[in-house]
Amino acid sequence: MDTASAPPLAAPLDIAFDYTRSLGPVLGRFMTGLRDRRVLGARTADGRVHVPPLEYDPATHTPITELVPVSPTGTVTSWTWTDRPLDGQPLDRPFGWALIRLDGADTALLHAVDAGARESMRTGMRVRVRWAAERSGDIRDIACFEPDSGPPHSPDGTTSGAPGTNGAPAAGADPATSVDPVIGIVTPIRLSYTHTASAEESRYLHALSEGRLLGQRCPACRKVYVPPRVCPADGVPTEEEVPVRDHGTVTTFCVVNVPFAGQRLEPPYVVAQVLLDGADIPIPHLIIGQAGDVRMGMRVAAVWRDRATWTTTPENIAHFRPTGEPDAPYESYQEHL
Amino acid sequence: MRRAAVLGTGQTQHQTRRTDVSMAGLCREAIDRALADAGVDWPQIDAVVLGKAPDLFEGVMMPELFLADALGAAGRPLLRVHTAGSVGGATGVVATSLVRAGVHQRVLAVAFEKQSESNAMWALSIQPPFTAPIGAGAGGYFAPHVRAYIRRSNAPEHVGAMVAVKDRRNGALNPNAHLRQPEITLESVQASPMLWDPIRYDETCPSSDGACAIVIGDQAAAEASERPVAWIRATAMRTEPTYFAGKDHVNPRAGAEAAQALWQAAGITDPLAEVDVAEIYVPFSWFEPMWLENLGFAEAGHGWKLTESGETRIGGRLPVNPSGGVLCSNPIGASGMLRFAEAAKQVMGRAGEHQVAGAKTALGHAYGGGSQFFSMWVVSETPDS
Repeated sequence: MDTASAPPLAAPLDIAFDYTRSLGPVLGRFMTGLRDRRVLGARTADGRVHVPPLEYDPATHTPITELVPVSPTGTVTSWTWTDRPLDGQPLDRPFGWALIRLDGADTALLHAVDAGARESMRTGMRVRVRWAAERSGDIRDIACFEPDSGPPHSPDGTTSGAPGTNGAPAAGADPATSVDPVIGIVTPIRLSYTHTASAEESRYLHALSEGRLLGQRCPACRKVYVPPRVCPADGVPTEEEVPVRDHGTVTTFCVVNVPFAGQRLEPPYVVAQVLLDGADIPIPHLIIGQAGDVRMGMRVAAVWRDRATWTTTPENIAHFRPTGEPDAPYESYQEHL
Repeated sequence: MRRAAVLGTGQTQHQTRRTDVSMAGLCREAIDRALADAGVDWPQIDAVVLGKAPDLFEGVMMPELFLADALGAAGRPLLRVHTAGSVGGATGVVATSLVRAGVHQRVLAVAFEKQSESNAMWALSIQPPFTAPIGAGAGGYFAPHVRAYIRRSNAPEHVGAMVAVKDRRNGALNPNAHLRQPEITLESVQASPMLWDPIRYDETCPSSDGACAIVIGDQAAAEASERPVAWIRATAMRTEPTYFAGKDHVNPRAGAEAAQALWQAAGITDPLAEVDVAEIYVPFSWFEPMWLENLGFAEAGHGWKLTESGETRIGGRLPVNPSGGVLCSNPIGASGMLRFAEAAKQVMGRAGEHQVAGAKTALGHAYGGGSQFFSMWVVSETPDS
């Protein structure tokens, strides 16, 4: 294949982490309420009730302290429809996304309405909470909303403060004094990217798949970059191809003794900056030799994996090994640490 | 140029996990303390500037959106600053610029990190396709450069441990510090596990939840203050690429040029003689001597001699990090602003037990990325040198 004209390489990059959220006193009471099938709103100094609650009054900037129960029934103030639900959304069948003002609240909550069909949705329609069977103190304790035939409980949007029978919260302890308050939630985040290498790096990677190490020279500063890239110092793409050896010099290094989440190698291991012969910038890679014997200036050579496994990755080089040559003098690499 | 001054500062009780507060509550703890320290209330604040390190650290994209209410931003301009670990310092510089430009009279600068909601080590070790699986967090990144410094300067090995002992003991004087270890010794530091050789456990910053806030005012606001203020004599920021052929990771050019610009703007010709105390961003112990050189307090290769001779202790020629510094508290996004705030507290005479006697001029410093972003300021008891 003519690698010079091949399209840039691309591959998926998926990252995920189960982030936590400490809720603090206001959101903690709100989530504790949901677990107990109660919806609480935050009352600001102007008397308005916000659902979901705010932590700080936007007008006076004071912390919110008063939470009041609102009804699990409400009115759709605006909506849209989704025909193709995505993974992680509240429902796996077509549903309405709606702004819902709960009876007793002055602001609208965004949630899903299980209306069956777009034709069933309308602004002003009455809806009620459908509680999740299993509740943990999370916004998903509200599984979704569903159409409700009952009358509004406070049609003018003012705060009656007394939810009607239709929306009566389940009996239970006041969340403020709950013996087992919810103080945190887990928020799993998954991100899926397509990572695309530059044209310069793609040529380098294609060469790696053939067992070659390829550098490119910056036309301005004449430095040889491995992998090739737009020269960070001059802002121009590297052009002239320069083969570099798979031998080099350890300029500096770190012994990684610490385990951590997502680590793919078992500590301890040595990560070194290796200045390949013919290059002007080191590449980081592993050194495997006599334990404790890695030195600045040590001469090393690439140990390639079995040719049959080569792909477009620097992992084709399993690691570098000491060659036994005399150490390079410090002056020869001091500009490339 | 118009004058600007720090009217007040505030910070949280930094610790591993602040499960009692949300991110909003954490920020407000610092903000409320800063407003009280400055003697100003919300109506006097004209704008808010928020600093936060990479969003992957908490997994909240654009936290300024949901924090707007807590930050008092409703009805005011809100800016977000984003320069990795230096962001707390850069946020202070941006807020200062808004005042010095005459745009606003009083600006609230806030920075935070809630590391307990995530794992910074994981976030800093994401492995993109086409790379080898060798990332090992900030320690893995900086350890080779520490080794290069030791080789280049011929510094004795115990200097790094000396910095750790000094900073952790200083932290014991600071009620807000996360790590407070009055009993730590050179021997105990040297006996602690080697994490990223040559960086030991006790030479490494902790992972902290915390926030910092600063109120910056113009000359009229400063003169109206009933309490001493910290006059901002100069600020500087510089940037360079993370990697380029010939980059000096030990003595980065952007840091040196920022320092030169800072001293020139402040009218300081001999930093070691004219600066009374420095709060320098030292996440790993060896960065104290490295940055002493980069900042011009010592010639290249000689920074460790200031440390080794005890001159960077409280009572020395240039006390460095009397608060305990990043080695004692590291809410990453806030860490730079904590350096700036601690410098201001020193010249305002409000540093409590870690006060450097007679401090009139102080440096606040931060760096971030792969020694890529630098931000710094000089504050003084009086507006002019």
